[in-house]
Order: sequence, then structure tokens, then C-alpha cells
Amino acid sequence: MQLSQQVEVKNLRDYCVALHAQGAILLAMWGSDERSEQHAFILHLIFLLPHAQEQTAIEQYTQIKLATDAPAFSDISDLFPVANRLQRALYDLLGFVAVGAKDTRPWLRHQAWSSDQFPLRTDFSVCPPTQDLYPFVTVQGEGVHEVSVGPVHAGIIEPGYFRFSVMGEEMLRLEERLGYTHKGIAKRLQNTAIHDAAKIVARVSGDATVAYSLAFAEAIEQALDFKVSEATQWLRAILLERERIANHLGDLGALGNDGGLAFGLAQFSRLKELWLRTHQALFGHRYLMDLIVTGGIEIELDVAKQQILLAEIKLLRQEVLSLENIYQQHSGLQGRFVTTGIVKHKRAETLGLLGLAARASGIAVDCRQLLKQLPYQEVDFKLVKQTAGDVAARVKVRFQEIYASLDLLEKFLTNPLSLAATKNEVQRCSVKPASCSWSYAIIESWRGPIAVAVKLNAAGQVSHAHVHDCSWQNWLALSYAIVDNIVADFPLINKSFNLSYSGADV
Amino acid sequence: MFKIIRKVIKVGVVSENYQADSTQLDAKKYQEKILKKFQRSLAVRYVDAGSCNGCELEANALSNPFYNLSQYGIEWVASPRHADVLLVSGPVTKNMAEALKRTYDAMPNPKWVVALGDCACTNPHYGTNYAILGRVEDVLPVDMRITGCPPSPQKILAVILNLTLN
Repeated sequence: MQLSQQVEVKNLRDYCVALHAQGAILLAMWGSDERSEQHAFILHLIFLLPHAQEQTAIEQYTQIKLATDAPAFSDISDLFPVANRLQRALYDLLGFVAVGAKDTRPWLRHQAWSSDQFPLRTDFSVCPPTQDLYPFVTVQGEGVHEVSVGPVHAGIIEPGYFRFSVMGEEMLRLEERLGYTHKGIAKRLQNTAIHDAAKIVARVSGDATVAYSLAFAEAIEQALDFKVSEATQWLRAILLERERIANHLGDLGALGNDGGLAFGLAQFSRLKELWLRTHQALFGHRYLMDLIVTGGIEIELDVAKQQILLAEIKLLRQEVLSLENIYQQHSGLQGRFVTTGIVKHKRAETLGLLGLAARASGIAVDCRQLLKQLPYQEVDFKLVKQTAGDVAARVKVRFQEIYASLDLLEKFLTNPLSLAATKNEVQRCSVKPASCSWSYAIIESWRGPIAVAVKLNAAGQVSHAHVHDCSWQNWLALSYAIVDNIVADFPLINKSFNLSYSGADV
Repeated sequence: MFKIIRKVIKVGVVSENYQADSTQLDAKKYQEKILKKFQRSLAVRYVDAGSCNGCELEANALSNPFYNLSQYGIEWVASPRHADVLLVSGPVTKNMAEALKRTYDAMPNPKWVVALGDCACTNPHYGTNYAILGRVEDVLPVDMRITGCPPSPQKILAVILNLTLN
């Protein structure tokens, strides 16, 4: 991570314009009430600059002090579209005003608190619910009707609300309303012991629990000025790649099913089940939850486990190759996938998309490579990319990432370092914070980069924390991907992104 | 086409029979019970009231070829109007409370509510705050609880199947 820069609020707009000109991507934006410690509200921004020449300039973390009587800053959503919702959430939670923003509707505040109350402020107290209605954008025109879906969805998935403007079967416009699983995690994490905070961060988005636990552990380790051994880093990466593969297997099955090929769901869900059972047998949890902890890792590898894992990799590679062959040759399925839900490269760039969905639209950014993370730097890392930006491209990226991750796993597992990691390392890690300033870590979860930022207090507790899921950025893409498609293709397009609701609602 | 058939034959049927330790019933017997008691099938409507998605992953796993939920005559339904059981995961967020209640109200009697996962049963991590109402039983009458984080498909199956026996 980078040390923070301070920018004055009056220079924020110019600073962002300059970054935008360099092709910066806004990764995260959040606020904190630090009136007691720093006599200010703080606005935090993390940018990624994939085209930066200097390695040190690739990540930029900026803090902006805002006035305590009227915290305000200039709107940046025209430069960075994801800022629209992030700014609205900032107003809901902290009352920060984005001056000049055209869209000031609430985002996370449905009816649980009123518009003049701000839960993340230290002087907030719980208040009665409101009856405020959400002003959806309406599309006018003869023959246009609205279809709404949610928040309870037909399948077993997370809740979210979609309002379509439809002409016949064709979708003209999609408006998303999220925030249904907002649990107030940032508030919950305030003044919490590291051990408890770790459990909560691990459950921000259950299917990316390894990525979140890893980002949290790394952020805390930075704050404690503690370096885990290289062996632990290798073992942590093994778990991260195993999580990536599990999710891709599940998605490929679901996508086959949504495209009408139930056979695909049966076969991929079988493969995923076998993968998860290995997690249970070797590591004690099907989803590897709570295994990565501050200071180390709760599992060890021995030669027997290594051999089991290597054999499984060989088998899985063969199985996925044969299924990919079947998918590619199935004209009915390809008919559903190809040219459906297109997000063009230019659109992806403008929206600032990240991760898997971005790579399917030609954006060659993967934080494992971009941020030169260990142990990926030590092996030949292959970045997977497609250009078509349709459902077929997002399917192809998943297949290729499975093969790439299987290759990475083989390299990690056969390196003697991964057998050297021990559980005992955690005991070396003390909870005396080296400094009480913010630290953060970015991890490329299976969807894309997630960031966890923390600040410790003198007692060694988490005083503030923020988590950001790249789903915030990628949810924007869905509204564009559905244009020129029919309503019946919506589940397929949505599933091809498979974004986190809980990770974005937080 | 032939590749698909070859794969299906090669992989074979991998469905596992659930064996309850105490009752010694197998899948066929459960299915008979469900057919008799619930007029041919048990229809389950799932609602995520604020979970992290972990419980959803395990509920979806119940439909994989190993657990093969439909072999017991149990199926997921899209509409609460078709449902016998409401399976709820997650701590109930204030933003989801109304949708959850409306789903419950839309279910015809007789109906049962099952709380799925630690958050839904005991809400051990979040407490009540400005965003969270609490456990499922703070909002709806709960008939059974399935603890775990997330509970394994075997555990979910065990509780649902036992629900059908009693």
C-alpha cells in the first residue's frame, strides 16, 4: 500500500481531473468521522493507475480533510461514474455533500433512518424509520412499460431490486436499487477487537471470504508493522486461488443452466462439490472461512496433502477442458451466449470497470500482477483477457482463469515454501500498533479487486474500518449490458457478472 | 450431443442417500413420507434477508447431483404462493424486513419458517443496530433452526427432512 497523500478539499477537483487524464481508475471512496482525533471529517480515495510508469505511482491513497460544520467536496462522478453511488452512500452515512452532483437520491438509506441523521457519525443515535419513497427514473414513450424484479428474487440469490423499462420484449433501460443487505458493517467494526473484526470482514461477502480475510490481515499487519513469512504468503495464495476456482466452477454451471443446458449445471456443480469437499477434508471448512488470520494462517500443508491437491488439479483440468469443449460446440448454448449482454471496451473504460468483467471487455488489469503481489511475482503470471465483452467473453474468461489458477496452484504447491508455513507464526504478532494511521490492502478476489482499510486505536482495537468490493463499479456495467437485449436474457446477463450484493451494501 | 451422452454415462449417478442415524430411513422412505404428508412434494421458498451469501451457496449445493434435493420430493419454488416452507438466511436487515414479511404473508397455510445459518438463528456477529432488526425470530415465528456458518448441505437436509417427519 502507499502512504497517504493529503490533498486540500479546494484542490480535489483539479487533482481528480489530473488523475483521470492519466487513465486512473477510482477503486474506493469512503469517509470517517475523526472530529475527536483530527478535528475533521476525512474523505478517503484510493486510485489505481495501470498506466503509471513508476511502480510507486500505481496505487494512490489520498485523504482530504472536510470541515466539521459542513463537510462538503466537489462532485467527481462525471470523471468516475462509480462515485455517483459512493457519494450518495457517503451522504447517507456521514452527511458529506458532493457539491454539484446531479443525482442526490439516497442509496443505502431506504427507510431505516431519516435524511438528517448520519449513522457513521460518532454522535448518531438510533431513530425511528421513515416512509420516504425512492424516486426511480421513469422512461416515457408510447408502448413503454415497467417491469420490476425484487428485492426477493426467484432463485436462491441475494436480494436486490431492478426496474426495467421495456418495449415489448426488449429492455430499454435498467435501474438498479441496492442496499437491501446493508448491515452497517462500518459502524459495527468501530472500536472492535481485531479478532472479532476479522470474523465480520470475512463475512462481508461469503463467496469471497478468503480474499476479504486476506485483505484484512494484510491491512492490520501493516498497521502493526508485522511481516508474515514468505511461506505464509505462498500458502495464503493457494487458498485464494482455490476460492477463485470454486466460484468459477459454480458460475460456469449456473451460466450453462441459464442458457438452457442443465447438463452443464449438473456437471459443474459436481466438480465444485468435489472441490469443496477437499477443502473440508484438508482444511476444515468448505469455503475456507476464518483460515487466514492476522499474523499468519490457521492451516499447514504436508506432503500427503500436497499430493492429494496436485492429483486433484490434474483431474480437474481434464474435466474442465472436456466440459469447455462441450459448451463451445453446443450451438444452442452459444446462441444464448454470443453477442448477449455486450459491454464494449470504451464503455468499460469510461465506467471504470474492474476485475473479471473488465477483463472480458479488454481491460487488462489484474491486481495480482499490477501491484506486483507475492507470490505471483515469483512465477509466470498469465493475465486472462477477452475483447468481445459479451456473456460468451465472460464465460471464456472464467474458463481461462480456471486453467491459469490451476497452473499457479501447481507452481505454488510444488514450491517447498508452501510446505514450510506453520500456524505458530501468529504468536509472533503483537497487537501494539506501530502507528494509529489508516492502512489498507487490495486483493484480487475472484470477481476483481477488493480493498480493506483499517485504523487502529492505541488499545490495539480497530477504531475505524472500511471495505470496498469492486461490485460497486461493475454493477454500473449491468445497466449498459442489458440494452438491446430481451427480458428473458436478463438472468443470464446478470449471472455472467455475478456481482456481490452484500459486498456492495456493506 | 454424443459427447454429452458419453459424459453422462461416464460420470454416472452420484446421488447420495441421506441416512439419518436415529431413524434409519433412506431417501425412498423420506420421499414416501413427503408424498403422503405434503400431497406430493415439499415446496420451499428461500429468502435472503441480509446474509453474506454463504448460506445461499450451501442451499444451492443441495441441488447438485450429490445431494440431489429433488430425490426426496423437495423442490425450490419461485413464488411464495406455492410454498410450504420459508427458508430464511441472514440477520434481518431493516431494508429487507418488509419484503420478508410480505413473502411470509403471501404463503398460504399451513406454512413453516426455517431459519438458516448462525446469523438467522442467533445473529452472533452483528447485534441490532441502525441497519439490522435482528434474528429471523424477531420478525417471524420460527419453527426450526439450522445453525452453522454456513451449515453444510448435509445439515440443512437433515433438519428439513426431520421437519417433514414431525
